[in-house]
Amino acid sequence: MALLEVKDLKVRVEEREILHGLTLTVNEGEVHAIMGPNGSGKSTLSHVIAGKPGYEVTDGQILFKGEDLLEMSPDERAAKGVFLAFQYPVEIPGVATMTFLRTALNAQRKARGESEYSTPDFLKKVREVSKSLNIPQDMLKRGVNVGFSGGEKKRNEVLQMALFEPSLCILDEMDSGLDIDALRIAADGVNALRSPKRAMVVITHYQRLLNYIVPDVVHVMSKGRVVKSGGKELALELEASGYAQFEDAA
Amino acid sequence: MNVAVAKTGNGRAVSDLFASAEGRLPGSPSVIATRREAFGTYERLGLPHRRIEEWKYTDLRALVGEVLPLAAAPDAAALKRAAEAVKTHAIAGARKLVLVDGVFAPDLSDVKALAGQAGFKTLRESLEKDAGLLKTASTDAVISLNAAMATDGVVLDIADGAQLSTPIQILHIATSASASAFTRSRVAIGKGARVTIVESFISASAGAYQVNDAVLITVGDGADVAHIRLMDDAPDAVNVSSHFVTIGAAVKFNFFNMTTGAAVSRLQGFITLAGEGSELSANGVNLLQKTEHGDTTLVVDHAVPNCVSREVFRAVIDDRAHSVFQGRIIVRPDAQKTDGKMMTRALLLSDEAEADNKPELEIFADDVSCGHGATAGALDDSLLFYLKARGLPEKQAQALLIQAFVGEAIEQIADDGLREHVIGIAERWLERRS
Repeated sequence: MALLEVKDLKVRVEEREILHGLTLTVNEGEVHAIMGPNGSGKSTLSHVIAGKPGYEVTDGQILFKGEDLLEMSPDERAAKGVFLAFQYPVEIPGVATMTFLRTALNAQRKARGESEYSTPDFLKKVREVSKSLNIPQDMLKRGVNVGFSGGEKKRNEVLQMALFEPSLCILDEMDSGLDIDALRIAADGVNALRSPKRAMVVITHYQRLLNYIVPDVVHVMSKGRVVKSGGKELALELEASGYAQFEDAA
Repeated sequence: MNVAVAKTGNGRAVSDLFASAEGRLPGSPSVIATRREAFGTYERLGLPHRRIEEWKYTDLRALVGEVLPLAAAPDAAALKRAAEAVKTHAIAGARKLVLVDGVFAPDLSDVKALAGQAGFKTLRESLEKDAGLLKTASTDAVISLNAAMATDGVVLDIADGAQLSTPIQILHIATSASASAFTRSRVAIGKGARVTIVESFISASAGAYQVNDAVLITVGDGADVAHIRLMDDAPDAVNVSSHFVTIGAAVKFNFFNMTTGAAVSRLQGFITLAGEGSELSANGVNLLQKTEHGDTTLVVDHAVPNCVSREVFRAVIDDRAHSVFQGRIIVRPDAQKTDGKMMTRALLLSDEAEADNKPELEIFADDVSCGHGATAGALDDSLLFYLKARGLPEKQAQALLIQAFVGEAIEQIADDGLREHVIGIAERWLERRS
């Protein structure tokens, strides 16, 4: 079943069109990789799906579980099951990570008409997941991402993915700023969350990440469009030949 | 008389205020003479206005216009309403001293429980002897008016070495609209004593009442004091409070003020470090909405060498509200090795919100470390988006960031229970935001 349907999406930032009619369908259980050179519009796509302000959709639509995503506020999208793992997770001094996690989880549950998590259940769940991601307990007491290393910030994103249990995870350049060990831990966390009901869109510049998170489908983006789609072997092909051929195609 | 009328600009003879109250004001004949003199000073000056430098941003003539007549002494019904308010606002375990419409209410207070821990009498009792408590080191129009009109207050003596494990909470409760309460209190803290004083300004029924309070505090050498003020008045109220604090040697003094109500409020604190080796932490939060005007003015006077002062102030301003922070650090010629720092930040939640930050350093010594900083800005959009992308609706995301912003000042309160109490008041303010 189609979870995410992006149809002929055109997006402007200020006066400049960044996406020129992008079409993409992601089904339940699938992992899609979106690759492309800098400036091809990869991050713009992830931001528009999550609802970041500052982008003007001039044409096309985005359906999530058949519903019009563009009509929803960012928090409504999160409650429906859309999760964006940020390329650069922000630091929020003064908001303890634990408080943030519980507030966010309960806000999503409330929006869905579900009961709030009890404190013991919540704590148990956080401890479980944070242990598997190698996140020390004292990190959870600190301000959100405050003083975290690049790897810790990305692991914190994966921790949230595991807690919120979204049906669509968009990983925006998850590998940026990570050394190989940090990348492996984060990728293992992501892989543990793969399930027949959950889809993932992995946005990356480099093939390297896809050695750890192996995609079902690979899309190549160039100049605001998907110019080629294929299996995981497409990523290897790109690694060998580079993006130049597609820039001409677009 | 005509001159005075012109000065207040309210079209009525100000002396009516005093003449109609005089019969109810406590004190011996010499005290009454002191009051008359103080009222004369007030009449001569009139309400402070913008051309007086210290009141530049808080023009009481424009904002308040006239001083309301003295509130009637509370009747049984008023005391009953006050008792309900006490239940809501009392801090668990605290020894309560309650003033209702400017009059001490013994039945609502814990005088007996306090007896073993601190000497206590009312201002009314104290003024039977002499007028000492009506005099302060410096004065202005509102302080003079307070000296003239103060009906009651608490006079506390904390003995040398006393260790009070529970806070003393002074609750000022307004029950009547269109009337003024004038109170004046004194707290004398002995050497090596340890005490927490909380003052709460609240109303039992919303109304346009006025509060003019003054507190005189002396702190003996080696004492450890926490002093917390919570100005949580009704939306139409006016509250002008003046504080005089004199701190001895090797003292730890932790002061915190939070303003979450009143149409017009001002706390002016005059804190003098008069003994060496003391540490002052003076912090505050203004949470203002609608058209509220809140002014926190602190003058920290380093009169002797080797003291440390730290000021952290946060203002959150919504709608068309106006926050003022004036912080002056004075370092006297002898006060070498002074370490004084002040940081004030304002968070503007609306385009029409206004913040005035006025830090001033007056340094007359040459071997000191002093500094100040001031910022004003809006909520960070990237932080807001992150929280919303995690499922927090706009208001809830804002609330979390606002709490974090004021947290930097609130976390200076050491006691967990008191800090939670303060956070609770801040949370109620956030819920009131439309």
